[in-house]
Amino acid sequence: MSATEKNKSTESLDHVVIRFVGDSGDGMQLTGAQFSDTSAMLGNDIATFPNFPAEIRAPQGSLYGVSGFQVHIGSLEIDTPGDELDLLVAMNPAGLKTNISALKKGHVLIVDTDSFTQRNFDKAQYSSNPLEDGSLADYKVIEVAMTTLSKEAVKGIEGLDNKSITRSKNMWALGMVYWMYHRSLDHTIAFIERKFAAQPNLVAANIKVLKAGYNFAETLELIPTSYQVAPAKMPAGTYRMMMGNQALAWGFLAAAEKTGLPLFLGSYPITPASDILHELSKHQQLGVTAFQAEDEIAGITAAIGAAFAGSLAITTTSGPGLALKSESLGLAMMIELPLVVVDVQRGGPSTGLPTKTEQSDLLQALYGRHGESPVIVLAASTPSNCFHYAYQAAKLALEHMTPVVLLSDGYIANGSGPWKIQRTSEMPDIAPRILKEAPENWHPYHRDERTLARDWPLPGTPGLEHRVGGLEKDQEKGTVSYDPINHEAMTHTRQEKIQRVQAQIPGLEVHHAQEGQLLVVGWGGTQGALQSAMKTLNQQGYHQVGYTHFNYLSPLPKNTQEVLGRFKKVLVCELNNGQLAKLLSMHHDQSRIYSYTKIQGLPFAQSELLEAFKQHLS
Amino acid sequence: MEKPSYTPKDFTSDQEVRWCPGCDDYVILNAMQKALPEVGVRREDIVFISGIGCSSRFPYYMNTYGMHSIHGRAPGIATGVKLANPDLSVWMITGDGDAMSIGGNHFIHLLRRNVDLNVLLFNNEIYGLTKGQFSPTSTLGLKTKSSPLGNVQPPFSVGQLALGAKARFFARVAGNSPKEMTDLFIKCHQFKGTSLVEILQNCVIFNDGCFSHVTDKSVREDKQLYVEHGKPMIFGKERNKGLVLQGLKLVVVTLGEDGISEADILVHDAKEPDPTLHHMLVSLQYPMVTGIIRAVPDTTLEERLHEVKQTAVSKAKYHNTEELFFSGETYEVGA
Repeated sequence: MSATEKNKSTESLDHVVIRFVGDSGDGMQLTGAQFSDTSAMLGNDIATFPNFPAEIRAPQGSLYGVSGFQVHIGSLEIDTPGDELDLLVAMNPAGLKTNISALKKGHVLIVDTDSFTQRNFDKAQYSSNPLEDGSLADYKVIEVAMTTLSKEAVKGIEGLDNKSITRSKNMWALGMVYWMYHRSLDHTIAFIERKFAAQPNLVAANIKVLKAGYNFAETLELIPTSYQVAPAKMPAGTYRMMMGNQALAWGFLAAAEKTGLPLFLGSYPITPASDILHELSKHQQLGVTAFQAEDEIAGITAAIGAAFAGSLAITTTSGPGLALKSESLGLAMMIELPLVVVDVQRGGPSTGLPTKTEQSDLLQALYGRHGESPVIVLAASTPSNCFHYAYQAAKLALEHMTPVVLLSDGYIANGSGPWKIQRTSEMPDIAPRILKEAPENWHPYHRDERTLARDWPLPGTPGLEHRVGGLEKDQEKGTVSYDPINHEAMTHTRQEKIQRVQAQIPGLEVHHAQEGQLLVVGWGGTQGALQSAMKTLNQQGYHQVGYTHFNYLSPLPKNTQEVLGRFKKVLVCELNNGQLAKLLSMHHDQSRIYSYTKIQGLPFAQSELLEAFKQHLS
Repeated sequence: MEKPSYTPKDFTSDQEVRWCPGCDDYVILNAMQKALPEVGVRREDIVFISGIGCSSRFPYYMNTYGMHSIHGRAPGIATGVKLANPDLSVWMITGDGDAMSIGGNHFIHLLRRNVDLNVLLFNNEIYGLTKGQFSPTSTLGLKTKSSPLGNVQPPFSVGQLALGAKARFFARVAGNSPKEMTDLFIKCHQFKGTSLVEILQNCVIFNDGCFSHVTDKSVREDKQLYVEHGKPMIFGKERNKGLVLQGLKLVVVTLGEDGISEADILVHDAKEPDPTLHHMLVSLQYPMVTGIIRAVPDTTLEERLHEVKQTAVSKAKYHNTEELFFSGETYEVGA
């Protein structure tokens, strides 16, 4: 039976933002992920972002125990998980209270009225029932007794306990939203069949509730309209949904396979980087050694040891962990071994806002070491391009014999989007500098003339026995040297080696205006927000504004100065106190560089970016 | 494979050795260069990893693969080397400050995990390279540059800490006993797991004579008990002193006195998994127990990892990245 037969109308939308919120135990992450996957399979472009509490088992019904999942789907290119909501599904009063301000006025709010009890009002600090006190007058509120209805739906299915029945109510909500947005139930039904394969009664119950929710929405007069969101125009190919942290892990797997080197991860758990450790721990059959160390320092030192012995070595962490690793990173730089250090940035300093996003480790990555200690610094900028930059980080480390710091952040690490699957066989070649036998007069700091990268002689190779270490080495012999002129020369050589990587990295691309009034500049995880704001700005008729985004921070792309010089003003937008702006000020006329920053643990919203851009145009 | 034939000279690097004249470190270096030809591992398969301190210059003097790393961090680096290539013979050189102060956390976790490494801990009860501050093994009251009125921080015992951290192999040797050292290094290599040797090393400059009460030629036979597995714990110039267990204490007795005969003396069992007696042995001040006090075989970390990997391989649903990337929930766009 189609919607039209029920006298319901269908509207087409080019994009929609939906948020599911509820208690930590309400299954909101699963619900959101199901909706996302189903939409992705329909061909929508998509961006998602989970928002879960820092507390592991927050008290039920509490404001800080609210777990949410936001998904933005579209028939056009989707850059961010979205700012304002078109639909909010709130499974309890606490979820309503903490999320209602994001819902657009006049838009639909679905609530589970069974959880709207005095006890839950108290926990959510509501002095009156929000469904009755008029505070929701600006919204289309759809009240559904989801728990009661779910219980009704599963009557007759044997062997269900009360808890499993109650827990299936998220499927009711999901079923309703599927109907509202013309999605098929097939994907989720298959998922339920897999997930509960061992418990047929749970399969039956969850599918029944899902279908009942769907049918309920179809018959409910309160929902007069359903919406179509057509497939987006994306390059043809096989896709899957990817979270940033998973994409990073897979990028390293690809690099390891491409080179035939075993992948070694030394790591210590830290939010929001731990998922990379979890992901790589799953792939031991691909030759991965994921070593959980006793601390951050042991994580990186084990990786350095593995690099010395010939592995593709990486270590993963977040800001405070990078600080702990900095001395060891200096050693890796000094002995010129390939190593990738991933920093999934979070709100700092100190413990700061561990579950929130920030871009405040840029200067730490560039300069946070003792001595003259240059390394390559890259930043991924979307959940799915984490794959590319992990691969690229490994390639540069191996080919240039240097540590690479790869910056991600909490926002892209936990966010997800469609990833066009890449075959490792089709990825660019990587040429590690492994030395198989000793050339005449060889010494450990023998360098490639073009890149200045030294060789990689691996233990086990006869004739290449050598010693490396933190002490300065003679540039000709590789032995310990305290010679002042030699130290200066080696310092310059290490710097020059990093500088020469410029020849291997792409130049900056400028979008929209190629020259003119204002250049908007971003780096790392703000790409989606900036891209989307720039599109809107352009649609509003501001054609004198260009936009460029940095993924390479050390060395900077070759055309950096030239690009900045094409515009009267440069506005550097970043989630910190102006770190890239400071860096660019060293390379460009300082009086033309402006900084727009946000340090709230939150991504940029489109409205605030547009306002900032316009301010700099007036 | 045939045992390669090396002489100590094959293990001597071209670097000039720069320890202070008279330092025990020279004795240790020579003992090692003598041991390695006996060990029989090919030179290219040997790696020396050190931290920072006087002891940690060691790798520069060995003609093998080596890394002089950072203060306290040799255990992490050595672990990474061994996990990345378990075929290598990996030696870690450290000191009392390196292993037990700045690197204390790494040191205990290394022992807990039982990675197959050989660890030589040069204990001179002082910071030498920074020119004479008290270390975590300095005796109470020791006057040093940073404790002019006497050290107020009670010391660790290397053996007690190691056994507390589940060390499977612990040996102790005096820095002026090259023959015993060479022998111990060979056994250290043969033992599978983390084998720790505490070397009582004299610092001629900043803590001269710190062990002379047990290591001086004139007293060492009377003051040291060099234990051997399966042999009664007898010591002394006259070989007439021995250890017996009285209640919960080890007591020194004299053979031939009070009806004590060799049959009454405790027989050393280095392979006993229960560490109680080993703990008592490492804690004794008189006699100072040297030799292999504990050597209890156990699975190594790399063996456990290998086993887990084999299981993963046998259950694998994908065998390369392409199979992984295209597994699970994928979808087609366009045509």
